[in-house]
Amino acid sequence: MLVADRIIALGLIALSAYFMWHATVLPIGWNAMTGGPGGGAFPFWLSGIMMLAALSILLRSFRAAPDENRGPFFDRVMLPAVLKVTAALIITIAVIPWLGTYIALAVFVFWYVKIYGRHSWGLAITLSVGIQLFLFFFFEATLKILLPKGITEPLFFPLYAMFF
Amino acid sequence: MDILALLADGFATSLSPLNLLIVILGVTAGLFIGAMPGLGSVNGVAIVLPLTFIVPPSSAIILLAAIYYGAMYGGAVSSILLGIPGASTAVATTFDGRPMAQQGKAGLALIAAAVASFVGGTISVVLFTVFAAPLADVALAFGPAEEFALVLLAFTTFVGLGGDDVAKTIVMICLGLVLSTVGLDLISGQPRLIFGDLPGFYSGISFLVLAIGAYGVGEILYTIEGSRTSPTVTPARITFKELGAGLRAMNRMWKTMSLGSFLGFFVGMLPAAGATPAALMAYGVARQTSKDPDSFGKGNIEGVAAPETANNAASTGSLLPMLTLGIPGSPTTALLLGGMVMWGLVPGPMLFIEQPDFVWGLISSLYTANFAAVLINIALIPLFVWALRMPFAVLCAIVMVLCIVGGFAPSQKLHDVWLIVAFGVGGYLLRKADYPLAPLVLALVLGPLMEKSFRQTLIAEQGNVMAFFERPISAIFLALAFVFFIWPLLGLLFSKDHKDHPHVPSKRPKFLKIDKL
Repeated sequence: MLVADRIIALGLIALSAYFMWHATVLPIGWNAMTGGPGGGAFPFWLSGIMMLAALSILLRSFRAAPDENRGPFFDRVMLPAVLKVTAALIITIAVIPWLGTYIALAVFVFWYVKIYGRHSWGLAITLSVGIQLFLFFFFEATLKILLPKGITEPLFFPLYAMFF
Repeated sequence: MDILALLADGFATSLSPLNLLIVILGVTAGLFIGAMPGLGSVNGVAIVLPLTFIVPPSSAIILLAAIYYGAMYGGAVSSILLGIPGASTAVATTFDGRPMAQQGKAGLALIAAAVASFVGGTISVVLFTVFAAPLADVALAFGPAEEFALVLLAFTTFVGLGGDDVAKTIVMICLGLVLSTVGLDLISGQPRLIFGDLPGFYSGISFLVLAIGAYGVGEILYTIEGSRTSPTVTPARITFKELGAGLRAMNRMWKTMSLGSFLGFFVGMLPAAGATPAALMAYGVARQTSKDPDSFGKGNIEGVAAPETANNAASTGSLLPMLTLGIPGSPTTALLLGGMVMWGLVPGPMLFIEQPDFVWGLISSLYTANFAAVLINIALIPLFVWALRMPFAVLCAIVMVLCIVGGFAPSQKLHDVWLIVAFGVGGYLLRKADYPLAPLVLALVLGPLMEKSFRQTLIAEQGNVMAFFERPISAIFLALAFVFFIWPLLGLLFSKDHKDHPHVPSKRPKFLKIDKL
């Protein structure tokens, strides 16, 4: 917990430094012409405050009594599950432009319910097909929002002809 | 009676077949979302928001408000049947709701929760109706200086009353404000904070992306980690005999329920406080004023009624500053505010003048939503018992898919979906390290208003910073903001007890004096 607290505080300090560096592209000082601060002032000085606050969190973690905050940051038993789901999510989004939303999400739901959740074949297949049908009729047929199709685009031409 | 005429007009809007259907749909969805452990009103609204493009803007807001309402009712269901709060707002309901369920009185507890929610909701909606128009009238006099002071005041309430670690709260407020400046500078139109010159950042970071990331993906990750053991569902059957007994029991608790309603309404208006502390406070007050305080925590029906009136009243209370001043009173209302802006309805006093049909339609829909919620809640109790047995993996998979597609739909850019994953993982880690997420979301929503009003004032006053202090209303707000900001410091000075544990972040707001919870 203590180590994680320090790492997160360090990360936030780095993030605010990065924001400050980016904010200097626009003037960060007082604009004498119009009155009031320049375009970069708001992000720059707020990042500065954020950095100071994060720094104070980091510094006081060194003053903390040894018995405080000693519990583990992650639940060791459940951490692999969290990592697996995060990885599956990232892979799913990464293949969307290539395989299309429908294949990517069907595989994701099937993986989640059947392989990760260890539920029955029937439930997994019903759910992954059912969600696709809902997405198509809700987003594409009703709202006319086209989801990315990737290489599956030609398969949808007959459906487009029917619904648009 | 001007208000009654306006309200009658509002009912003409909210009782139209479409809006009535929407209220029933929203309340039912909200009840289920609230009943699911891990999903509360804020998660429900974040996930459902992109789906509301299907209806006209005013109906969309009514739908979201109905979900918000339904979720407040639903939170009690899993508090009683599972012993884990369905939403953080229903934490106090577990104290007596769970013991009641274990004594075989789950049905009675559920009825008490539903009726108490209805009473809390109704009293607070009446208060809302009375206060809305006068408050909007006052707010009409606000210029940019007052707007800036008010936003600053909203943020400082998090520091003073939020109850989270002060340094961590400040970090989250600043992070949200900085993220809100990404994109084009409001005044000069130049791009700023365009990380790596990615075109996706030119249009800024949408509040929806942050909300779906933090409250959708992040929440699921958080729940997965905490789901090592699956809880057991206590069965509950509702008979008419129990319903009658429940109503008779509730009839003896008018004092507790009205106290809870007023408390909830006014605490709910504060941006930092909201429904969770309101419910805890109402529980504490009910126990202290009770003739038999020892029976609390062992299955006293009053201990279910008090927090449930308060959390429903608080959800209505938090709508009041959002609608009249444009300052949301809770993370969920921050999302509602963001949604309204997205649809071109700018909350604030002008809304009451320009869109009276919408405003009063929404207010009157709170009455219908309340009525629908209590009926649907009691009628669907068997269905909740069944739904709570739903495999967790199914819920997670559906929510994740809705996060991906819902994040893509508004902007139709995969860039936003990637940001959602980043915010999801980031929000999950920050939440584990006790960083509060509510000020982050609020800051992202209010950031543009804060910067614009600050710079507008200075341009109008030719750079005279004293302008903020020369206008009376703005000066009062700034003085209050200052008090809230130094509040934790005062607490540190005056309480010796606090000095011994300066690093333990207290989960409960400091102004709550409830012993032995």
